[in-house]
Amino acid sequence: MTTPYTIPEVTLDEIKHLVSQRAIDGETVLLNMGPQHPSTHGVLRLLLELDGETVVTCVPDIGYLHTGIEKNMESKTYIKAEVMTDRLDYLNTVGNNFAYCLAVEKMIELDVPPRAQAIRVILAELQRIASHLIWLATSALDVAAMSVFLYAFREREIILDVLELVSGQRMMTTYIRPGGLWRDVPVEFDAAVRNILDTFPKRIDEYEDLLTKNPLFLDRTMGIGKISAEEAIQWGATGATLRGSGPDWDLRKKRPYSGYEQYDFEVPTATEGDVYARYLVRIREMREALKIVEQALNKLPLGPVSTNDYKYVPPPRSELGVSMEALIHHFKLWTEGFNVPKGSVYAAVESPRGELGVFLESDGGPKPFRIHWRTPSYNNLEAMPVMTEGLLIADLVAIIGSIDIVLGDVDR
Amino acid sequence: MDKQLQPIVQKLKKEFGAEVTEFRGDVQVLLASEKLIAASLKLRDEFDFALLSTITAVDYWPEESPRFHIVYVFNSLSKNLQLMLRVPVAGENPTIPTLTEVYKNANWRERELWDMFGIKVDGHPDLRRLLMPDDWNGHPLRKDYPLGYEEPQFTFNYEEIDLSKPHGEV
Repeated sequence: MTTPYTIPEVTLDEIKHLVSQRAIDGETVLLNMGPQHPSTHGVLRLLLELDGETVVTCVPDIGYLHTGIEKNMESKTYIKAEVMTDRLDYLNTVGNNFAYCLAVEKMIELDVPPRAQAIRVILAELQRIASHLIWLATSALDVAAMSVFLYAFREREIILDVLELVSGQRMMTTYIRPGGLWRDVPVEFDAAVRNILDTFPKRIDEYEDLLTKNPLFLDRTMGIGKISAEEAIQWGATGATLRGSGPDWDLRKKRPYSGYEQYDFEVPTATEGDVYARYLVRIREMREALKIVEQALNKLPLGPVSTNDYKYVPPPRSELGVSMEALIHHFKLWTEGFNVPKGSVYAAVESPRGELGVFLESDGGPKPFRIHWRTPSYNNLEAMPVMTEGLLIADLVAIIGSIDIVLGDVDR
Repeated sequence: MDKQLQPIVQKLKKEFGAEVTEFRGDVQVLLASEKLIAASLKLRDEFDFALLSTITAVDYWPEESPRFHIVYVFNSLSKNLQLMLRVPVAGENPTIPTLTEVYKNANWRERELWDMFGIKVDGHPDLRRLLMPDDWNGHPLRKDYPLGYEEPQFTFNYEEIDLSKPHGEV
């Protein structure tokens, strides 16, 4: 059962243009960084052309974590496909579920009750803080600030505990479902989130004490990895990578979803466009996220947490024993899934890394005909070579940290 | 449809013979592939759609003409608008013109199109595979590409399966 196999040839001439002529002549050195390298934040491979310690060209090579999630989702019903979304950007699992559910809800025009919308916002913002803590920990570690790493990981656990409280899982939550939430939050939720609201502002002050005016940190980050606003937009960068250069492009403000328009918060920006500017933007974003969580928690409405349209959401367990209809709905949902009208939509949320968009096309059946993820890390990473030209390898490490890529998000 | 979007869509209709559809508030404009560059230049320069969010494709196999729809998502930061372009491409030797001259970040997205759908991009500066290995056979996101499983290798069938692998000696 051997299949004939032809290996497509990639000739040297085809890849010569990636580096400068000096590399071909042997004046500069070609160095392979990654895919297994601690400061490439996952399995990122960079082909570096070096003149001494200076980076002449930097060519990212991605795909080492490609898992075929888009193809896989096409073969699963809408409910079953959702668990795959957690695995894309594994530091922003709630946000991925969020984007996916918004797309599905947009297709079938499902209304989400206000309580579910508010809880979605609270969890998405908590997840944003948790994701920024990982960024803070690892990017500070990259420029040799060790203690922040330990602090940030300690605090991240507190947020993961809240996610575990509501969903039973620390990371792969799948808590947000099309039409609402999996179930209501437990009674301990309020106290747990208030505990975060009380302690976190002080913690963020602590990180800032360690870094914001630390001369060693400033030396490593100020003026490094500059990108102008025009270039950032041309390369499709979004999130803090774009806001660090000036534009206040934040989908939560510009195209509010899930009730973000009710909350009073600012979109932090900086103008320098360097590593330090992106650091300041993310630190301030954490404080703004806390403001949103507090407002959402204070006016958390009562009521159901998912629509009562049992064509799309499973009926409550208690009804299964007494209602024939509920039993039929339950059976239909878990065998066939639900049908989604024919058409295509694009729904996007502001993830911790930028615009996380879902292009969803349906042929009217119970499985996504085509689902495409516009992931923010992908475009931010593509913009990275612009920032690195003429800098040292040590700066390159700081830049990779500052654009906050997650390779699961890049490769999908 | 958004009021600001209407004149833009009208202009695209008039100048490029575009077909406009709206579904759940998302405006999609269907264009012929020859007019793609001119239309995107117009969008970028005249209407300030500076951000190309993504490029992707949909495969309608076994439909042949058109087999693919290439989808472009544009955003205007200054006007806060979103517009999608769709370009139909035939199944036989599918080719589209490159947008890398207009939007720099089209580079990787178009490489991904080639990698995943086997759609050739005319004039692309660096059309290699992006996500799959360089020696991969086939284009995984096509509908006629099976979501397959690999047969496990045991001692009794090791060599037989090894031969079917890219590094095997056929």
